[in-house]
Amino acid sequence: MNNTEQNQIVLSVNQLSCRQSSQFQLRDISFDIPKGCCVGIIGPNGSGKTTLLKAITGFIPAKSGQILYCNHSIELYNKQALSKEIAIVLQSTELDQSMHVEDYILLGRNPYRKRWQFWESEQDIQIAETAMKITQIEPLRYRQLNALSGGEKQLVRIARAMAQEPNLFLLDEPTNHLDISHQLQILTLLNRLKHKKHMSIMIVLHDLNLASEFCDQLILMQNGKIFKMGGAKDVLTYQNIETVYHTLVIEGENPISKKPYVFLVSEDNLKKSKIQ
Amino acid sequence: MNQKAVKWLITLSILLITLTGVCIIALTMGTMNISIDKLFWILLNQIDSTDYTILMQIRLPRILVGIAVGGALSLAGVILQAVFRNPLVEPYTLGISGGAALGVSISIVFSLNQSYALSLPFFGMIGAGCVILAIYSLNAFGVVQNVQRLLLIGVMISFISNSLFMLIISLSKSEQMHSIMFWTMGSLEEPNRILVYCLLIVSLLGCLITSMFSVDLNVLSLGEADAFHLGLHVERVRNLLLILASILTGFCVSISGIIGFVGLVVPHFVRLFFGSDHRTVVMASYITGAIFIILCDLLARTLISPLELPVGIVTGLVGGLIFIYALVKK
Repeated sequence: MNNTEQNQIVLSVNQLSCRQSSQFQLRDISFDIPKGCCVGIIGPNGSGKTTLLKAITGFIPAKSGQILYCNHSIELYNKQALSKEIAIVLQSTELDQSMHVEDYILLGRNPYRKRWQFWESEQDIQIAETAMKITQIEPLRYRQLNALSGGEKQLVRIARAMAQEPNLFLLDEPTNHLDISHQLQILTLLNRLKHKKHMSIMIVLHDLNLASEFCDQLILMQNGKIFKMGGAKDVLTYQNIETVYHTLVIEGENPISKKPYVFLVSEDNLKKSKIQ
Repeated sequence: MNQKAVKWLITLSILLITLTGVCIIALTMGTMNISIDKLFWILLNQIDSTDYTILMQIRLPRILVGIAVGGALSLAGVILQAVFRNPLVEPYTLGISGGAALGVSISIVFSLNQSYALSLPFFGMIGAGCVILAIYSLNAFGVVQNVQRLLLIGVMISFISNSLFMLIISLSKSEQMHSIMFWTMGSLEEPNRILVYCLLIVSLLGCLITSMFSVDLNVLSLGEADAFHLGLHVERVRNLLLILASILTGFCVSISGIIGFVGLVVPHFVRLFFGSDHRTVVMASYITGAIFIILCDLLARTLISPLELPVGIVTGLVGGLIFIYALVKK
């Protein structure tokens, strides 16, 4: 990848405001995402992380401001064209269906389907096959969705989104309810996609240490606004975290990756240590 | 050729052959039984005989209505289940059949059906459309939060339409009352040939259109947000399919009366045997629905022969029991 390609801005959000319900809204959000960059969105529950992802895809319409994808407003894209470019893995998707894994992943090819096309093309099948191979879920292909474990379901969701062959990949808490080995598997996979396919990734994470470890940039949100944006070292400071999360933490460093690491401190333990 | 396409072709061929077999059996059985070898001989050589008249004037139109109604109600079930993402909804449980019945009874009481044969289905469709619109609006405003509430609302709408229906009956003249009551119980008998052919055409067209949208139905069954992100025009497709479901239900109810649970039982079992891909489910439900209704009608005609049971009672009994089974299993 040469320098110009690296600096190319894939997504540019300018002063975006939007409203999901009467109580909640996003206000004045601005940021850019360069090609091949992984941006982590962190923040407390209800700070607007999911709303932001849905606003980028146009699912929640913007009230004011602009969302530019490759320098064109997303409103100018037709739905099918946009879903070839941006894929999203939502947190709330229920997969309690009798559909087979392979059929589910093939639905990711829907943006490429011609209007009255009834069966998938050979190319669609090939691409779904590759998506299954990359996510290592080939043995699950004939299983029903409702027979999968939480981790397998998450991998299947990611494979479906990959079948869309997007350039921008949005993920809403993909590591939720997963054990550490599955968390690591999913984030390593995303890291590989970023490097191999130069995919840009926006990922909502609750685990600050995972965010620090895997993301190039972080956006810390509070009450529908961006509180702080930048590299993990700038964002994950104890002052920022205390202000946004109202929680005490101690900053540290991952000895292997040299990335910032935060330790949670409960107030009880703090009192005990002070007494001693 | 795509492996799935081959499987699809084989499934539909088997179902079509079964449907043909069932149709032949339904032609031969009744108050007067005709053996199969005699059946073809009568159809080919004895055009002036009484048997020929029975076959062509009484049994064949009933079978055609059976195919159209069974297929259309199953299709309506498939559409509603995919749109509402709930395997327990169908025209009957959502009160759509009740709405259609109300529309039809209004047209009978005000004698609107005498001037123009198609006014009955027209009023049926308006009634069904009103109920779908009501449910859809409640859904859009967030009143329907879960499956249980949706079904409860359907039951309430059924109650309201039933009460209004009773009100109309109590205000009507005795001969009208008789014709409404008989029609309500459900029967595949329709003396008006134009209506039979219209119903068949609408039903087959419905099958064709729904098949064309079967991949969209697959996408839609993932939920509104996922469907949107896969490039589907959710609102447009959903509205079109809901209008189609109300046309199909309205037309069927206006001609054959209320035949319950077909739209629930048939798609449920089709999914059980052939999987949940709507490309297969749509067509297979149509054919299986036709087979189910023709068999139920055969039971209704032969169980206490020469007397005849309304087919709605048979489908209600069989379907109701299967519905309870499905609920318990869920």
